[in-house]
Amino acid sequence: MDRKTFLSRLSLGLSGLIATLIAIPVIGTLIAPLVMNEPRKWRDVGSVDKFEQGSIGLVEFKGAGYKPWSGKAAKQAAWVKRESASKFIAFSVNCTHLGCPVRWQKDAEMFFCPCHGGVFYDDGTVAGGPPPRELQRYPIRVKNGRVQVLTSPVPITNITA
Amino acid sequence: MEKILKKIWIWFDDRSGLSEVVSSLAKHKVPPNVNWSYVFGSATLFCLILQIVTGISLSLLYQPASDTAYQSLQYISNVVPLGSVLRGLHYFGASGMILLMGIHMIRVFVTASYKYPRELSWISGVFLFALTVFMGFTGQLLRWDDAAIWTTSLAAEQVGRVPLIGDTLAHFLMAGKTIGGETLTRFFSFHVFFIPAILFGFLGFHLYLVIRNGISEPPKINRPVDPTTYRSWYEKMLEKRGVPFWPDAAWKDVVFSVLALALIIFLAIYVGPKQLGGPPDPASVEVTPKPDWYLLWIFAMFALMPPEIESYVIFIGPLLVGIVLFLIPLIANAGERSPFKRPWSMAAVIAIITFVISFWRMGVISPWVPAFKTEPLPASVVPAINPAAARGADLFYTKRCQYCHKIGKYGGLKGPDLSTVANRLTPDQITIRIVNGSKEMPAYGGFLTDKELDDLVAFLKTRTVRNKASKNK
Repeated sequence: MDRKTFLSRLSLGLSGLIATLIAIPVIGTLIAPLVMNEPRKWRDVGSVDKFEQGSIGLVEFKGAGYKPWSGKAAKQAAWVKRESASKFIAFSVNCTHLGCPVRWQKDAEMFFCPCHGGVFYDDGTVAGGPPPRELQRYPIRVKNGRVQVLTSPVPITNITA
Repeated sequence: MEKILKKIWIWFDDRSGLSEVVSSLAKHKVPPNVNWSYVFGSATLFCLILQIVTGISLSLLYQPASDTAYQSLQYISNVVPLGSVLRGLHYFGASGMILLMGIHMIRVFVTASYKYPRELSWISGVFLFALTVFMGFTGQLLRWDDAAIWTTSLAAEQVGRVPLIGDTLAHFLMAGKTIGGETLTRFFSFHVFFIPAILFGFLGFHLYLVIRNGISEPPKINRPVDPTTYRSWYEKMLEKRGVPFWPDAAWKDVVFSVLALALIIFLAIYVGPKQLGGPPDPASVEVTPKPDWYLLWIFAMFALMPPEIESYVIFIGPLLVGIVLFLIPLIANAGERSPFKRPWSMAAVIAIITFVISFWRMGVISPWVPAFKTEPLPASVVPAINPAAARGADLFYTKRCQYCHKIGKYGGLKGPDLSTVANRLTPDQITIRIVNGSKEMPAYGGFLTDKELDDLVAFLKTRTVRNKASKNK
C-alpha cells in the first residue's frame, strides 16, 4: 500500500467512525422506547359497588408510561363488564380492525366502531364488519372491594391473526 | 451613497461569484415550447417554501408537549392575531403541495419525461412523494386532538400488520407500547427535523438533475427516445431553438404560483384551518376519526376491501406500489414518449385516477360508519293505527338497527335501505335475517324477546312501496 492509498483509506475510515459515533445517540433515542420496558401496574378504577351487575361501563386509568407531562394522552380506557358478583371483564376500547374506539350501546347490547363499521357482541366477539378477531381483554381483579385493571399495551393485530 | 453601495456589491460579487452562478442558472436554455403543463413541479416547490415559512411561524407558538399542545393550538386559532389564517395557510399549503405533486407526477408520466436520461429525476421524485405524504400524516397528528390520538392508533395498527416486525414498528411509532408523553414529541421531531432533513436532500438532488439533464421537451409522435443519440440531439436542439429559462419559461411558473398562493390565502381566510376536535384523551370514545382529505381514499379502502386480504394489502400494497414506481423508468427508459403511442400506460393512468377518486368519494360519504346521530323515527314514518308496528319502529331505533339501515330519510347507509323491505322479503325472511344476521350484520336472535321480534317484523311489514310513496310526500 502506498502512502496516498493509506492516507485516503485512513481518512475515509476515520470519517466513517465519526459518523457512527455521532449517530449512536440519535439512533439510541429513536429506539429507546422499544428497549425501555415500563413495568405494568394495577390501576384502581372504582369500588365494586360502582359496577351494576350485568352492566358495561367505561373506565379510564393512567397507562404504564404515564408521566406528569403526558397529559390526558397517556390515559387508557376499557369497557368493564360486571358479569356476576365477583366476575369482571375488561375489554380494550380498541377495535381489533384498526384500533379505533368502540362504543358500547346499551339498548342494542353491542359495541360499535365508528371507523369502518365493525360491531361486537357483549362478550367481545365479532358481530359484523371487518374486525378479524374479538375484542382484546385486559387483566382485571378485585382487591379489597376495589376493581383494578392492569395497564396493558395497545392491542396490535398482526398479519397472522 | 449609491456609489458606495455599488462598490460593496462589486466587491461582494467578485469574492462570492454570486451573479455568475445565478445568471448561469437563470439563463440556461430550455426547449422553446415549454407549455403550461410544466408549471406543477415549480408550484409544488413553491408550496413547500410556503410550508417551511408558515411552519417556522407556527413553531414560535406551538407547544410540542403532550399535555399542552392542544391548548396552544386553541390559543393560536382563537387568540393570536392572524393565528387562524396562519394555521389555514399551513393546512391548505399542505393540501396544495400534495395535490400539485400528484398532478406533476401524472404529467411526467403522461409525457414519459422519466425516460433516458431523466430516470433518476423520477426515482428521486418517488421518494419526495413518499416523504411528502409522511409530512402530511405526521402534520395532522400534531393537531393532537382526539382524532389525532385515534389516527395514531390507526397508524400503529397498520404497521402492526407487517410480518415479524409488526409489533416493533407499532411501538416504534407510538414511542412505547401505548400512546404517552413521548408520542407527540416523536411526531413533532419527525415532522420538523427528520423528514425535512431527508426531504431537502432528495429535493436538492431532484433540482440538480433538472439542471444537469435539462427540462424534457414536449413529446412528439414518432420521435422516440434513443439513449445512444438523445443527449447530442437534445443539445443541438437547445443550441438551435432553445430559449433562456428566465424569463421566457419562468414567467409561467411565477404566474401559476401566484394563482396557487391566491387560492390558498382565500381558503385560509374564508374556509379556515381544519377545526380541532375534542381534547387528546384516549378515554374519550365518542369520536369518529377520519384522516385529512388526501388520505381519505386509503381510509375507504380499509373499510371496503374483503377482511381476508386486508392484512396482505396493508403490507404488500404500499411495497408493491413503491417497487413499481421505482422500476418504471428502469424498465421503460427508451422509445415513444407521446401519450398517443402508449395506450396501455394511458389506460393505467386513467384506471388509477378513477380508482383513487372513487375510493376518495366513498371516503367522503363513509357509508360504513354507523349513523350515531340518527334520530328516532318520526310519526310520519310510523303507522299510528298499528300498536305493534309502532313499538317495532321504536325498537328499530333503540336496538340500533337504524345505525346501518335507512327508513325513508332516517338512518345509516351501511346495510340495505329498508324503506320498502316488505316488497322484497316476506315476514318469514325478515325474521330469519334479524335472528341470524349475516357476515356484515349482527345476529339479533339472542338480544330480542319473541315479542320484540314480532313487533319489529310487524313494523317492517308496513314498509312497502305504496307506504313509502305516501309517507314521503
